[in-house]
Amino acid sequence: MLHMTVGRVGSLLTRRGVMALTSGNVRMASHGHGVSEQADLSLPMYWDRLDTPLPDKAYKDDLTAADKSLKQKEKGPWTQLTNEEKIALYRIAFKDTYPEMKVPSHEWKTVVGGILIFIGITGLIVIWQSHFVYPPTPHTFAPEWQAKQTQRMLDMRVNPIEGFATNWDYEKKQWK
Amino acid sequence: MFRSAARLTCSGVRGLTRSRPQYTAPLAARSYSHGKQETDEEFDARWITYFNKPDIDAWELRKGMNTLIGYDLVPEPKILEAALRACRRLDDLASAIRILEAVKDKSGPHKEIYPFLIQELRPTLTELGISTPEELGIDKV
Repeated sequence: MLHMTVGRVGSLLTRRGVMALTSGNVRMASHGHGVSEQADLSLPMYWDRLDTPLPDKAYKDDLTAADKSLKQKEKGPWTQLTNEEKIALYRIAFKDTYPEMKVPSHEWKTVVGGILIFIGITGLIVIWQSHFVYPPTPHTFAPEWQAKQTQRMLDMRVNPIEGFATNWDYEKKQWK
Repeated sequence: MFRSAARLTCSGVRGLTRSRPQYTAPLAARSYSHGKQETDEEFDARWITYFNKPDIDAWELRKGMNTLIGYDLVPEPKILEAALRACRRLDDLASAIRILEAVKDKSGPHKEIYPFLIQELRPTLTELGISTPEELGIDKV
């Protein structure tokens, strides 16, 4: 059960802040294969953000011949482009449309679940601790002792102005 | 008009079809230490001039749009028209469509702003041949 939790936390961490890695800013690590690709963070990057409509670079870097001819056609009047061509031009420049960016994820369930799991584990630890670690409760907590202690405090007139003894009615011998 | 009428941090939409309501009162109530505050017209004019630069380059277009979208307002149709024409000078249809998506998103819960913008921009859109996301079918997932 614990390692499943770790996997959930791991996926939680990797899913945040995903940037689309385009082929233009990915460099193979020079020390052999088996190492994951590193984005070169010193180059302009592409990202889908609602508050940044036009990122630093286009999404697709290596264009097919069809894409290149479409880009040429883009230099002419746009009224001559079909809808499919316009969509193709959009997809060359951008990865997700705004509605696609706003698709809700199920991440919150992972977060809430993880929180509750860890609170539960903490609860188990607390219960185990109170059973196995704490020494026996002192005898001074027993109700009989507490009654004698309270009577002694009243006889002493503890805090007689504003505090403890003011709550006891000494004439009627009861609490006020 | 959009800046004062549709300030996105205010609650409630004040009639967008009213022509130039006097919203200077809340602004005058703020206490600035010194200096004049820019009026809506000056703001619009500044941005229209920015996008109307004949030899605007791609970086300036991106920087301008990203900055404009960062403000707490929906840009006036005049500014958007200048931006769309800048896209045309840069042969960048994708950015033009992206701009339309961005202002729709900027409107937030005020769903009536975007159709009004498209209506105002329709002559420009037809002239330049820019299709709206709805016409291309990319407004749905």
